[in-house]
Amino acid sequence: MKTGQWLGVLPWLTFLALPAWAGEWNIDALMQGLAKHEGGRARFVETKTIALLDKPVVSSGELNYVPPNRLEKRTTRPRQELMVLDGDQLRLERGKQVFSIRLSDQPEALAFVDSLRGTLAGDKAALEKNYKLTLSGTPDRWMLDLLPDDQRIAAYVLRITFGGSHGRVEWIRYLQADGDSAVMTIEPLDDR
Amino acid sequence: MTRSGRFVVALWLLGLAAFALVAWRGQFTTDMSAFLPQRPSDTQRLLVEQLREGSLSRLVLIGIEGADAPTRARLSKALAARLAASGLFTGVQNGDATELARDRDLLFNNRYLLSPAVNAGRFTVAGLREAIGESIDMLASPAGMMIKNLLPRDPTGEMMELIGAFAGQQGPASRDGVWASQDGKRALLMAQTVARGSDTDGQGEAVARVRAEFTAVADDSGAQLRVSGAPVFSLEARATIRSEVERLAIISAIGIITVLLLAYRSFTALTLGLLPVLSGALAGVAAVILGFGSIHGITIGFGATLIGESVDYSIYYFVQSRQGYDGEWRARFWPTIRLGVLTSLCGFASLLFSGFPGLAQLGLFSMSGLVVAALITRFVLPQLRPARFVIRDTTNLGRAVAPAIGKLGRRRWVIAVLAVAAVGVLVAHQDRLWNTRLSELSPMSPELLALDASLRADLGNSDQGYLAVVNAPTREAALLAAERVATRLQSLVDTGAIGSFESPSRFLPSQPTQQARRAALPERTDLAKRLQAALAELPLRADKLQGFLDDVEVAKGQPSLDAEALRGTSLGVAVDAMLQQRSTGWVALLPLHTNAAGSVDAAAVRAALASEPGALFLDLGEESTRLYAEYLDEAIWLSLAGFVAITLLLAGALRSGRRLLRVLTPLVLAVLLVMAALALVGERLTLLHLVGLLLAVAVGSNYALFFDDDNAAGDPRTLASLLVANATTVIGFGALATSTVPVLHAIGITVGPGAVLALILSAMLAGRKEVF
Repeated sequence: MKTGQWLGVLPWLTFLALPAWAGEWNIDALMQGLAKHEGGRARFVETKTIALLDKPVVSSGELNYVPPNRLEKRTTRPRQELMVLDGDQLRLERGKQVFSIRLSDQPEALAFVDSLRGTLAGDKAALEKNYKLTLSGTPDRWMLDLLPDDQRIAAYVLRITFGGSHGRVEWIRYLQADGDSAVMTIEPLDDR
Repeated sequence: MTRSGRFVVALWLLGLAAFALVAWRGQFTTDMSAFLPQRPSDTQRLLVEQLREGSLSRLVLIGIEGADAPTRARLSKALAARLAASGLFTGVQNGDATELARDRDLLFNNRYLLSPAVNAGRFTVAGLREAIGESIDMLASPAGMMIKNLLPRDPTGEMMELIGAFAGQQGPASRDGVWASQDGKRALLMAQTVARGSDTDGQGEAVARVRAEFTAVADDSGAQLRVSGAPVFSLEARATIRSEVERLAIISAIGIITVLLLAYRSFTALTLGLLPVLSGALAGVAAVILGFGSIHGITIGFGATLIGESVDYSIYYFVQSRQGYDGEWRARFWPTIRLGVLTSLCGFASLLFSGFPGLAQLGLFSMSGLVVAALITRFVLPQLRPARFVIRDTTNLGRAVAPAIGKLGRRRWVIAVLAVAAVGVLVAHQDRLWNTRLSELSPMSPELLALDASLRADLGNSDQGYLAVVNAPTREAALLAAERVATRLQSLVDTGAIGSFESPSRFLPSQPTQQARRAALPERTDLAKRLQAALAELPLRADKLQGFLDDVEVAKGQPSLDAEALRGTSLGVAVDAMLQQRSTGWVALLPLHTNAAGSVDAAAVRAALASEPGALFLDLGEESTRLYAEYLDEAIWLSLAGFVAITLLLAGALRSGRRLLRVLTPLVLAVLLVMAALALVGERLTLLHLVGLLLAVAVGSNYALFFDDDNAAGDPRTLASLLVANATTVIGFGALATSTVPVLHAIGITVGPGAVLALILSAMLAGRKEVF
């Protein structure tokens, strides 16, 4: 059979496959898939586009997620930096400097962190506290949009978008209120 | 009354009037001055200065509980505003965002004078490239959020240098825009009183104002106020000591009067009997005020105890002397009493030499009180005794107990057993006998201490015990010295010997340092050129940094920062706390925080401070423990010296080894038994227990001497007088033992049982001679 004929079959295959998930593919299903994720290490590359600068700044390093509450972000480029999110504490070590904040002191920062934590843990209720959720795409290639309800959060971030496949988050995009944006791609490191 | 009699009475009344005048005009204190050593070392002086005058001594910790979080936040703001306006506080902090914004603005507007990174190299092409490159890298980090808006005006990141320097320490938590406890259930404020730590009245006014303003703002919100901190402690201490002194005086007075009435059945005798006591107490107060300038509340509380001994003299006089036979009493009994008084004086004289003013006051108070009470008994009472004066015949009482004493005397082996047992217990407990913590003398209730600890923990204010201290003649010199010390301390932070430190020079650099930083700033055209070159390889264009050029130009013409510029901000409060004026000059205090392991490497800090003349490392906790341990050691030696003096005195007076042994044995045994009993029930001995033991020896020596005196020992009157005297002693000291003030409790719990034991043991060892 020629390739063209195969192409003609594709929609049908898709159609055939549909019943397997059509009734179930929604935010709840996505959350269930995310919640099953066991955590682990991943490589990330983050690209920030900032109006002030002529070109984007790119940083990279490793993420380590221990569900449901601990997330380490170890940046190796352009500078060594370690960010640890553990429960209520957010700690940032940069050279000799250590910054530490209690998230409960800073409702805006907490909402921001909760978007990440809620998505990684598949905690729909936590996400819906601060954001309106919209899901699009397929289980293979889904996209979850978070729009902040609270003006105080919206003053910092207009929209957060997570993209991924099944129970895995592959990229995150932040669109800030001042027009700057950041995209982080995540690639699991198989160390098991 | 004879002429000489009238003269004696007139002299006495005159003396009383003089004592009363001195006592009336004297000052009553309850503060830490009693703990100030008379010959302090440098660190001790600093310690006591910090306790009396330091910023901690002026810090009121305030918690607001109940109601809901938004209400607590509203009350916190309202209370802070009212307190700040009251003029009684140098600063009030509650973590309010507007206050933080004011601090932030101050830091930002003076960043080129304050940032330690500012030097000539910073503004060369290479320096700019590196600093700006680092800022750009930081934009990639989550911290980039913090600096993005600042970057056009602060591309070299001076603000991060300033914030980063103290971002390591975590401040209090925050809820609804104000400080709160970790669990968010309590809003927190800190207020620093204008009144110094030694000004208890002034601090009392400030604390009362906190309560009053809170009541005014809280209305019916259901919120409650919790207040703690050193000012509250000193008020509480004063209130506790006052109420205890009153309560104890009343209890022992009622008890002793009852016993005396039962014994005498005569109001005249009672009134006369109390005269030596009151005269003695008044003389004691007057002597201490004349000797020390003021009298501590605890010394007055101790007055209640003096009643216990001085009332004995009049008891001996009334019970032992028969109507019309004063001469007989003077000949038969007075020498024994006189020896007893001298023995007590020997004991208390040792306290006079104590470097601990509290003890020296007790010594002087007791000595003058006893001497006056004995003299009044001997010379004034016989003059005042009415011609037809009858007290109840107490010989029956004496006869009634005599057989019991006789039986006890036949069981002397018990004494040997008890002695061995007591020594055994003391040897077994020798490591745990003494309490070496100064805090054990604190009259604070456990509830207040717990509240204080929890407020301090919430405020992240718990490890303020380590200080690097520098002295200098002027404020500027102190700041310069603080800067030199800060440089060395920074290397200790880098090696992890300490976690972090603070310095007044961080917010208020010395004038030369500010001038040097200002001089490091280039002219605008120069800076623009260098910036152009520095940015060549960076993704940032110079036209976006016009704000930077503007700010540097402004900073170059800006006046230096001084203490006045900081006033009203929390940075100003911090500098005030760390930079203080003393009569001798200025002192800069650099608080050190513990490292990750929770400790401060004292040896490393001392080594780092060694090259700075006059710089000291002060560990407040360790220093106060050591100060107290020195007092305790000294008191032990002084007590032993007092004991030796007593032994020599008795040896000289009794002129017989056998009799000396018979008098001393019950006293020594009573002390051993009391110590052993306290060790068994787990009560650790403090300085004041030691004083109590000394007092027990003083009181007990009278009993032992009477039993030693063959004339007196066989006399039922003597026995009766000893029983009544013992009863009053036990009542006086028993009341003290119930006190919640540890100092008073310690004396009561040792003297009460000690006196009873001394009496019983003296009776048992009264010799082979038949008692009746």
